[in-house]
Amino acid sequence: MHTNKKINEFNLLIVGTGGQGQITLLQVLAEAAFIDQFDFKSSELHGLSQRGGSVKVHIRFGKEIHSPMIEKNKADLILGLEMQESLLARDFAYPETIFLVNKHFIPVVPGKKVSQEQVSDQLKKMNKNVFLVPANEICQKELGTSVTAGIYLISFACFKKFIPIKPQSILKAIEKTITKKHLDLNIKTFNLASKINNQ
Amino acid sequence: MNILEKENKKVVLLGNEAIVRGALESGVDFVSVYPGTPSSEIGNIFFKLSQLKKFKGYFEFSTNEKVALEAGIGASFSGLKVLVAMKNFGANVALDALAPFAYTGSKGATVIIIADDPSCHSSGQSEENSRGFAQLVHLPILEPSTPQENKEFVKQAFQLSEKFNIPVIVRITTRVAHQRSLVNLAKIKTSKTKGFFKKDKNQFITLPPRVLEMKKELFEKLEKIKNLAEKSAINKIIKNSSSHSKIAVITSGVSYLNVMEALQETKTNLAVLKLGFFYPLPEDKIKNFIKNLKKVLIVEELEPYLENEVTRLAKQVNCQLEVVGKKLFSQIGEITPDQTAQAIAQITGKKLKNKKLLEKQDNQIEIPKRMPRLCPGCPYWLVVSALKKAVDPKKVIFGGEIGCYMLLGMPSVNMQDYLFCMGSSVGIGHGIRKSTNQKLISFIGDSSFFHAAIPALINAVTNKSSLLIIILENQTTAMTGHQPHPGAPSSGEPGIKIENIVKACGVNYVKTIDPINQKEFVDTLKSFLNKPEVSVIISKKPCIQIKK
Repeated sequence: MHTNKKINEFNLLIVGTGGQGQITLLQVLAEAAFIDQFDFKSSELHGLSQRGGSVKVHIRFGKEIHSPMIEKNKADLILGLEMQESLLARDFAYPETIFLVNKHFIPVVPGKKVSQEQVSDQLKKMNKNVFLVPANEICQKELGTSVTAGIYLISFACFKKFIPIKPQSILKAIEKTITKKHLDLNIKTFNLASKINNQ
Repeated sequence: MNILEKENKKVVLLGNEAIVRGALESGVDFVSVYPGTPSSEIGNIFFKLSQLKKFKGYFEFSTNEKVALEAGIGASFSGLKVLVAMKNFGANVALDALAPFAYTGSKGATVIIIADDPSCHSSGQSEENSRGFAQLVHLPILEPSTPQENKEFVKQAFQLSEKFNIPVIVRITTRVAHQRSLVNLAKIKTSKTKGFFKKDKNQFITLPPRVLEMKKELFEKLEKIKNLAEKSAINKIIKNSSSHSKIAVITSGVSYLNVMEALQETKTNLAVLKLGFFYPLPEDKIKNFIKNLKKVLIVEELEPYLENEVTRLAKQVNCQLEVVGKKLFSQIGEITPDQTAQAIAQITGKKLKNKKLLEKQDNQIEIPKRMPRLCPGCPYWLVVSALKKAVDPKKVIFGGEIGCYMLLGMPSVNMQDYLFCMGSSVGIGHGIRKSTNQKLISFIGDSSFFHAAIPALINAVTNKSSLLIIILENQTTAMTGHQPHPGAPSSGEPGIKIENIVKACGVNYVKTIDPINQKEFVDTLKSFLNKPEVSVIISKKPCIQIKK
């Protein structure tokens, strides 16, 4: 597990489907990395890749970061906003990689039928660091919407010390990045994630 | 907004945001664009800034890249500072105006952003490398690697353009446009909106024999710019006293970042020549760099332009030099940091540390590939539904187009038999109809219609074709981020009516239908498909993503 110390290099891969808000998450993480005085670079894709296809975004931070892309088998944390996409990201993992996976399943249409249980089983067998969190469910239940599930997960990851970024920096980054209209909801989401330490 | 923060601040910027900031810090007066990934954010941001009255210059979303550049040329001739932005294919459309612009030169400093998309993450058509324009149009091309460099190189480009009265291209790729990192800000300069066109037949008219004199003047400018490039700090050598004396690297753009990452990771110390100028190349600097080497690794994506130049220069100073480029890198697809590390290991004879992999699992289930698809609720689904009722898709040829309807080729719809450039659905469809007796339906979007399809439509009517064109009027330019277009202006005014244009082009069978009216749509499809002349159905229903 990663602790909150000044690190050489931390590679965070966020995977999901188009439309799950990866770019917003990157914006928040980039600002948070800046606040924590890390050197950082990120990489994302816009346009065609957003229309419901597979989306991977990269953010790397540490002492001296050159490439904006993470190499295969070098992701320290894979944050999966959807279960199948998380499985597909295995090429980026090494044995100690943490998989923080949203317990959310969006069927691939059309495609060979795979069940949520099959995917869940496979995920749990990946390595010993797989965390399945029903972020969509939790947000829907407590906030009335699941649209901030990604923010919940990155906040969760920071509180759990999966990411070496101070939770307060995530909050400041949210305040800086999110538009006024949605700010309240996002702050509530962050606060919701802070409760995990009481679980 | 980070992009408007005060000078001396350090902020997080997306690559394209940094380009906008660079233009603002240069005091740009006139900006014209046509959206295209990965350049679209440039226009979107200027649009937003204009609406917020934070940009006092002039901004427009132009109807296509040719007229965007022409508008920019007019502004430049009137003494204003100009920025024009497009993706690589847009430069094809603009090329007709770009070539003579190099000859006349600019009056107001002009910078043209061209954004390539190696690996075609968001591009059909081809994996086009706009570096190829250098030798064709003879314009300087700069290649930044990071958001900070995007800003700096745009400013340098304006200065270069100002000094030599020549438009300057800044060429970016997806990984540079859509990269986020820290940028140091400088002061934003004020923009002006009114210039003056001073008559000068000698400068603005490209008739022979003057046009050939202009070519000579262009080459003279380039010679001076090459001398400037030799001394420019943006072509820099990164080395120290313990750098390998016989093996080194030459690179540019995002590949530079991957090289530095690979050197750090493999703990290899090779000197690196980072080229900020792609054209003209600082040839003396390159020759100096390679003259005592045994091997040089050229890390460049796509075509081996740089490799060929270095090979040519090596013949002048170092005939024994081994130039390694496409031997280790494909011409197809972007170059990853992994591939870069492997190449560095290969060229130095080092062995890469074995990566720790996840244990292979028994009974690994196969996850189906998730392809992009039309949004749920997209009006195009209604069109597809009507088509399935009206025709046997196996008996009709379907013309694909650039835009969200690119996705009509996806397996569950399967209504796409060819896909080329903007407007070509109609253009090629006409050719097929004249060459066969087969039924054909061309899809075209509203933005694409204005961009490129009108001449194709006129051609089809004039040359007595009989294809059925379905214009998908969703009242936006959706795929690239919902920009306005002539039929759906941002002001909320009615805009140019597509049906009127179609009628004016001489089409007798044209009908505007809301696809929710399935019966009317199906009946019209059946009827029009049998007409012996060009027919048009305008499927009018707004994109679900448009903010009201």
